Amino acid sequence: MKRLLPRLLLTPAVASLLLWMIVPLVMTIYFSVIRYNLMQPDVTGFAGLENFEYFLTDPSFTVAVVNTLLLLGSVILITVLMGIGIALLIDDPFPGRGIVRLLLISPFFVMPTVNALLWKHMMMNPIYGVLAQVWMFFGATPVDWLTDFPLLSVIIMVSWQWLPFATLIFMTSLQSMNREQLEAARMDGATYLQQLRYLYIPHLGRSVAVVVMIELIFLLSVFAEIYTTTGGGPGDASTNMAFLIFKQALLNFDAGVASAGALFAVVLANIAAAFMIRMVGKNLDK
Amino acid sequence: MAHRSKYPPALILRTLAAWAVTLLLFFPLGWLVLTAFKTELQAISVPPLLFFTPTFDNFIEVQDRSDYLLYAKNSVITSVLSTLLGLALAVPAAYSMAFFKSKRTKDILMWMLSTKMMPAVGALVPIYVLAQQSGLLDTQLGLIIIFTLSNLPIMVWMLYSNFKEIPHEILEAARMDGATLWQEYYRVLLPLSIGGLASTGLLCLVLSWNEAFWSLNLSSAKAGTLATLIASYSSPEGLFWAKLSAASLMAIAPIVVFGWFSQKQLVQGLTFGAVK
Repeated sequence: MKRLLPRLLLTPAVASLLLWMIVPLVMTIYFSVIRYNLMQPDVTGFAGLENFEYFLTDPSFTVAVVNTLLLLGSVILITVLMGIGIALLIDDPFPGRGIVRLLLISPFFVMPTVNALLWKHMMMNPIYGVLAQVWMFFGATPVDWLTDFPLLSVIIMVSWQWLPFATLIFMTSLQSMNREQLEAARMDGATYLQQLRYLYIPHLGRSVAVVVMIELIFLLSVFAEIYTTTGGGPGDASTNMAFLIFKQALLNFDAGVASAGALFAVVLANIAAAFMIRMVGKNLDK
Repeated sequence: MAHRSKYPPALILRTLAAWAVTLLLFFPLGWLVLTAFKTELQAISVPPLLFFTPTFDNFIEVQDRSDYLLYAKNSVITSVLSTLLGLALAVPAAYSMAFFKSKRTKDILMWMLSTKMMPAVGALVPIYVLAQQSGLLDTQLGLIIIFTLSNLPIMVWMLYSNFKEIPHEILEAARMDGATLWQEYYRVLLPLSIGGLASTGLLCLVLSWNEAFWSLNLSSAKAGTLATLIASYSSPEGLFWAKLSAASLMAIAPIVVFGWFSQKQLVQGLTFGAVK
């Protein structure tokens, strides 16, 4: 009984996740070695490694891997740095702090499709967009964001969405700082930079790990922002792995090649997961 | 406070900086709200209009044109039910791992989280085929199952780090006194972990409400959620930003307001045990 019960309680969650992982994985492996194009149902049979070869030699592949990593790295860097900055800025009380908090976290609740359309049209439109107006106000030529800087545009949108999350975590973490220690340091005449270096930053280490971990999970599969704005283009300029596989599956109707790509995405995810486990695993033990 | 007539300059500077950053970051959302109440011509006026007579026509037209209420109903049903189902699966699992730690507990936790790292698109083709063959394509049930499974790792993780803060001794004492498992849970654990349960549920609700990948690919006219409704406004290049803004506002307002009211609660659990 004593050993059975914990297992019994654990089983439903583990079993359903196992199914959720294994069934699609096995099917994906199967699809990846057969000829399976939704538009050519009569072309069937074993394909060997053809699909992999096709996916890997597709020039879009390298671009997509690089874009995925660029997107991941930039957004994490931007949100962590700015998040820490903002959290420090609003750590001590000031007039309107409660409202500032509410306004700051709001973008986190905005769904990705709204986020994307909002930026695509109202902010980044080269003629009527707010950014274009600001550019013109300063006498500069407005930028056609989605055409000229597609990946940067996506990075801006995704960062805007995730910055509140990072800020929130850092803010909460700062609240739990040892106030007496801080007071003492201030009494002893520690400059703000010294306080930052020896007190604030070390204290935030753990929450940085958490932010990186959670963002890694969600940012590997950024999709809606690309789907609703650039459509991966122009060319492949803003195509990441998730979108490339989607393109193969639902735009080229080639489920075989898409499955081969999906397996690569799994490998990529596992590399990221290994990295994450090394970093966060230590924190688990406490 | 009252006797201090002057604010120190450092505080004024900090206040100004904080407000400036906040308004800048909130601006896109604020602009969306403003645009929703403009006419189409006002929405694209150069220079942008800050003051105008608000109109409610856009909201009415969105409802007429694309049956907002149907999508809203789908969003509410799928996110609420997937949250409840997720809690039903995650609470026992997290309880078991937090209070009956075994050698494999850490591995299981990491494994769960790593399933979340597999990009959803990797499973798109198989899941699409499975959904089609089981008749779950474009149904609420299909979305509920998928939302539940894709949020489950995060839920287990959050609940686990929450349960771990509860001292074992309390539960053991209850057990010594002859409490059944249900009593132990209902009388002892639940009151102590209600905050963690609430924040886990809240986050799950937000994630499901905003989920776009699966709802875009697996649902359309029948079970489509608000995320799919909005995506349908992206195709025409025609400039009807006011209607787009109104539709967007209608799609995000429920969850944003909900988030505002529950933010304190939400934040507590979001830390994943990072704050000590």
